[in-house]
Amino acid sequence: MRTEDLHSLTGAYALHALADDERAAFEHHLADCGSCERESLEFAAATARLGLAATESPGPVLKDRVLHRITTVRQVPPGGGTVERARRVVPRGRGLARWALAACVAAAVGLGGTAVWQYERAQDAGDRAARAQQRAEELAGVLAAPDAASRTVRLTGGASGTLVVSERRDRAVFLASGMAEPAQGRVYQLWFDDHGTMRPAGLMDPGRGSQAVLMEGDVDEAVGVGITVEPAGGSKQPTTTPIALMNMPV
Amino acid sequence: MKEAVHIGRNPSAQPDLQKLIHEVALGDQDSFAAVYDAVAGSVLGVARAVLRDQAQSEEVAQEVLVEVWRTAPRYRPERGTVVNWILTLAHRRAVDRVRSVEAAAARDHRAALLDRTPEYDEVTEQVETRLEREQVRRCLRTLTEIQRQSVTLAYYRGLTYRQVAEALALPLGTVKTRLRDGLIRLRDCLGVSA
Repeated sequence: MRTEDLHSLTGAYALHALADDERAAFEHHLADCGSCERESLEFAAATARLGLAATESPGPVLKDRVLHRITTVRQVPPGGGTVERARRVVPRGRGLARWALAACVAAAVGLGGTAVWQYERAQDAGDRAARAQQRAEELAGVLAAPDAASRTVRLTGGASGTLVVSERRDRAVFLASGMAEPAQGRVYQLWFDDHGTMRPAGLMDPGRGSQAVLMEGDVDEAVGVGITVEPAGGSKQPTTTPIALMNMPV
Repeated sequence: MKEAVHIGRNPSAQPDLQKLIHEVALGDQDSFAAVYDAVAGSVLGVARAVLRDQAQSEEVAQEVLVEVWRTAPRYRPERGTVVNWILTLAHRRAVDRVRSVEAAAARDHRAALLDRTPEYDEVTEQVETRLEREQVRRCLRTLTEIQRQSVTLAYYRGLTYRQVAEALALPLGTVKTRLRDGLIRLRDCLGVSA
């Protein structure tokens, strides 16, 4: 891209409206362009005002959650790049892969527009972006695998769940539809059933009734999958009676 | 450096965010609670404007606020005020989320895109917020129609400039320059500096 073209991107950059490759090119350019850097910072100040204009009143729950959370989060050492900078080198999801994934999910279970979301506990933003991307690709890979087999079960309250397993990939995806929100501070946890021993396989997003979850860990010798309601953060072993148990699809 | 969180209030009544964030950087949780009180509503507002969904917005807001705690030691005042830093982070995270799979599938609709206008007229109990909104709205009116639409779609809906071009049926180059020209006018009208 030519320099003058890059310079005209300051607006789109400040608005986070650039695609990843353009963002990378622009940031490269920023490093050598004092006036662009200056303009970008001024634009950031202007867009912050757009943000302030959208101010809402957060409920007390959010504050409790955040203040509780920070007691367990270690701060970064001073110096080094800002987080924003650190994040910049991490490629975000490729458009095509995401579209393919969305199409797969919609086609696989008819949940057009459903959420594909993975519970994210990792703290490092860069790693998380890379891992989320990897998970999204793996999830799409399972759904699109030639040997993917699925089994759909009815869950309570009119909800349904579909288990998709690719033996060759040794991975499983759980697609939920219409699941009731768990009680406050509770979360649905997925388990692999290793001949009667439950092995943790990840958490579902408590805020979404319909979602696709790439189950954590290999399918290995598991004969089925279970779902339990657990305290937020999940448990090492099920602490409640499973709300669903299903055999692996054949 | 004092920093006004909202205009229209006595600046001396505002917490000194720069000082607070410095204390946060040293692990002071009480100072973090004060920073939270000053910015959480705006962080949530940004996330809500972009994401719409209440649960997702709260998740993103929580993530951003915890990130503020985590990375406070690396805040650099020469790159802008604390509020700029935090709201830039909030917008970036909200945009990242909205561009995830679900959003990509759901937003393939020009009509839907154009329908998602920011809710300026939402009733608000906070006078300072209203004043802030009033000024931003007034300044947005100084933009040309295309500049205003482009900036609004990009900021409040998290669209890329390519999506903006599609939504408004404009050439890419036009949108690029309108976004920049629009922000120049907005910056000058609001009287902000970095």
